[in-house]
Amino acid sequence: MWGGAARPVVLVGQKVLKGQLLAQSQVHISAPIHAPVSGRVTAIGEVTAPHPSGLGLAAITVESDDTDRWIETDPVADPFALAPEEIARRTAAAGVVGLGGATFPAAVKFALGKRLAVHTLIVNGGECEPYLSSDDRIMRDFAEQVVEGARIIMHAIGARDALVGIEDNKPEAMAAMAVAAAAFPEVKIRPVPARYPMGSDKQLIETLTGKEVPADARAAEVGVLVHNVSTCAAVYKAIRLGQPLVERIVTINGAAVAEPGNIFAPLGCLVDDLLAYCGLKEVPARLILGGPMMGTLLLHGRVPLVKGASGILAFTAAEAAVPEAGPCIRCGSCTRACPMGLLPLEMAAHIRAGDLDGAVGYSLSDCISCGCCAYVCPSHIPLVQYFSHARGELSARERARLRTEAGKRLAEARLARLERDAREKAEVAARRKAERTAAKARSGTVKPEEETT
Amino acid sequence: MSSGSIEKPVAAPYAATSNSVRRVMVIVMAALVPATLFGFWLYGWPAVYLWMISVAAAALGEAFCLRLMGRDARTVLGDGSAWLTGWLLALSLPPWAPWWIGVCGGLFATVLGKQVFGGLGQNLFNPAMVGRVALLISFPVQMTAWVAPLPIFDAAAPGPIAALAITLKGMQPAFDAVASASLLGFAKTEMARGVDLAHSLLQAPLQAWYGSRPGSLGETASWLIVAGGVAMICLRTITWHIPVAMLLGIAVPAALLHAVDPARYLDAGTHLLSGGAMLGAFFIATDYVTSPNTPRGQIVFGTGCGVLTYVIRTWAGYPEGVAFAVLLMNSLTPVIDSYIKPRIYGRDRRGAALEPGK
Repeated sequence: MWGGAARPVVLVGQKVLKGQLLAQSQVHISAPIHAPVSGRVTAIGEVTAPHPSGLGLAAITVESDDTDRWIETDPVADPFALAPEEIARRTAAAGVVGLGGATFPAAVKFALGKRLAVHTLIVNGGECEPYLSSDDRIMRDFAEQVVEGARIIMHAIGARDALVGIEDNKPEAMAAMAVAAAAFPEVKIRPVPARYPMGSDKQLIETLTGKEVPADARAAEVGVLVHNVSTCAAVYKAIRLGQPLVERIVTINGAAVAEPGNIFAPLGCLVDDLLAYCGLKEVPARLILGGPMMGTLLLHGRVPLVKGASGILAFTAAEAAVPEAGPCIRCGSCTRACPMGLLPLEMAAHIRAGDLDGAVGYSLSDCISCGCCAYVCPSHIPLVQYFSHARGELSARERARLRTEAGKRLAEARLARLERDAREKAEVAARRKAERTAAKARSGTVKPEEETT
Repeated sequence: MSSGSIEKPVAAPYAATSNSVRRVMVIVMAALVPATLFGFWLYGWPAVYLWMISVAAAALGEAFCLRLMGRDARTVLGDGSAWLTGWLLALSLPPWAPWWIGVCGGLFATVLGKQVFGGLGQNLFNPAMVGRVALLISFPVQMTAWVAPLPIFDAAAPGPIAALAITLKGMQPAFDAVASASLLGFAKTEMARGVDLAHSLLQAPLQAWYGSRPGSLGETASWLIVAGGVAMICLRTITWHIPVAMLLGIAVPAALLHAVDPARYLDAGTHLLSGGAMLGAFFIATDYVTSPNTPRGQIVFGTGCGVLTYVIRTWAGYPEGVAFAVLLMNSLTPVIDSYIKPRIYGRDRRGAALEPGK
């Protein structure tokens, strides 16, 4: 999911400092980009996108001078003295986006929360996926930053409480967060069951508040807003330290990695360099950006680390083995596993038969693509792939329909314009004729035969 | 350094369960082993031969169809489903039935019951029960020829060679004395003659709590079947919904009517421990392919199987009704599935979005 592309504000060859603005956001759902290192801009062009298509992605390349000199920052000693709008403005200017994976600009969410009178901020410490441990690490080592970031967000959106949901298999994170939040009764630490997909907004909201987000509605409409712990820490840095988002924590894991772990990596560094830093035991059979359940397949490691990348997984051949898909035996495992209460087997059967509308009738739109169904399927049917295919087809159809409608509207408008032109021409002609007739009548030289010619 | 080369693109998730269709089938077969071994012990070598013949015929029927369709028979047979079908069929047959009963039943089951629909996952009806009912209607005499228990090591029991003759040529006059009736059949016949249960049950065929009684090959040892079923529930291969609902569907009407008129209606315990009630509840009705997907749908389905079983046993022409009941409810499975769906997160039961205020 990509927001509007930012427009470069630097030139090739220009020297930049760490944190200096490289590209400015142009539209509402967009975030600016800052230099993650100090150095020189060497290229403004395309690099390979971290996406299985391997398509190009507009990028600015900065060559580091290895000094890591920061640009002059504008720290705020007391963020709670600032107006909420000012916090949103500074957060937007710092390029902070949701670091859980959705990369939605944080400030846009602040505005939404303020507008819909959100009363509870939910801080998501329920790790997004297996293999990933970056949230755990952030909470253990930067609990104060997370808590203060959460309080700044509360101030920005006008929330009364914050609920920090932490999976119950992370006692160290829970303890660290409890200490950091001890002085702030409005920030409540809550254990949640360690059961994937607990890191999903909807499931976390239901677990913590008992409320369900209505279908096709936003979490803010039930009075809550969800932000990831890493996002809270980034907001803290953006406001208190005045530092824009130039680095993120990323989990490097997978059996092919020699020393798996979490590292703070500058945005834009190459996946290959990160893997080399952690060491590889063998050439990975599969590279994944994100987690094993919802991550993106990478064709190679020469792609940049992006803001939404919470993990890089390097799988060995044994980990990457995909069992052959068999027929559906209607065992219902997928139905029991689906956190949304859908019937994946029925949706897949309809999609397989080309009946996309039938799949929509089974609420395809409510699928959160968490991958639980495909994971538990004993026949190893790639259910999520069916759903992604259907969604792609449906949106292509929708675009085609809109195009056809737009074309029809244009054709109708043209017809109307031609008719109007013809009518106006006729009117003008008639008026001229009338004027001519009147003029001739005044001059009194009208010859009857002229009238008929 | 260049890392990561991919042979073909795959979609998320990149991890998968270690469960597989073959594992599911193996668990079900393992759960059947105790009851099956008990049947072998109770009815001797003819039962062993019939079991082997039924399983082989079912697998052969499947292989034949796969060959016709140009599919690789070896990998498909490897999923174990055809073997399981033949196994379940064998357990529901009279233990001394001749060889051609096993052959016809096995072929009926996998060819007509499964492959003509498109193979695993596509069949509407339980293949083993299709085989059994087709046999029952086609060969009613052989399919109701029960034998009294004659344990395999008993001096009077046929040895492997004599048993082969029974299996190949049908029941021999030498063993005619062991022919018997099942309790359900006996009660029904006596009722038809006008003898009520209070009198007829005094001369009823001997019943032993551990399953030593005339009946189908693998249906008499209820406790071993229940043990297998409970093991499957513990391993999460099946859920409790269908077995419990089906047994209640039999027991509740049986208990009620028995309380009203004990001379006309058998008690609930007899119903639960007779015929294919236990095998049906734990192993037949729970077939994934032919039962509903949702817990509530499974309760409706199981209850229907149980009540229909009781109705057929009590008022219809056949003494046993599990197979018919399961097949009838199989035909309702698509209807149940289209009406009973889980509630979707953020929506009410009808599928409308929840009100944000609530």
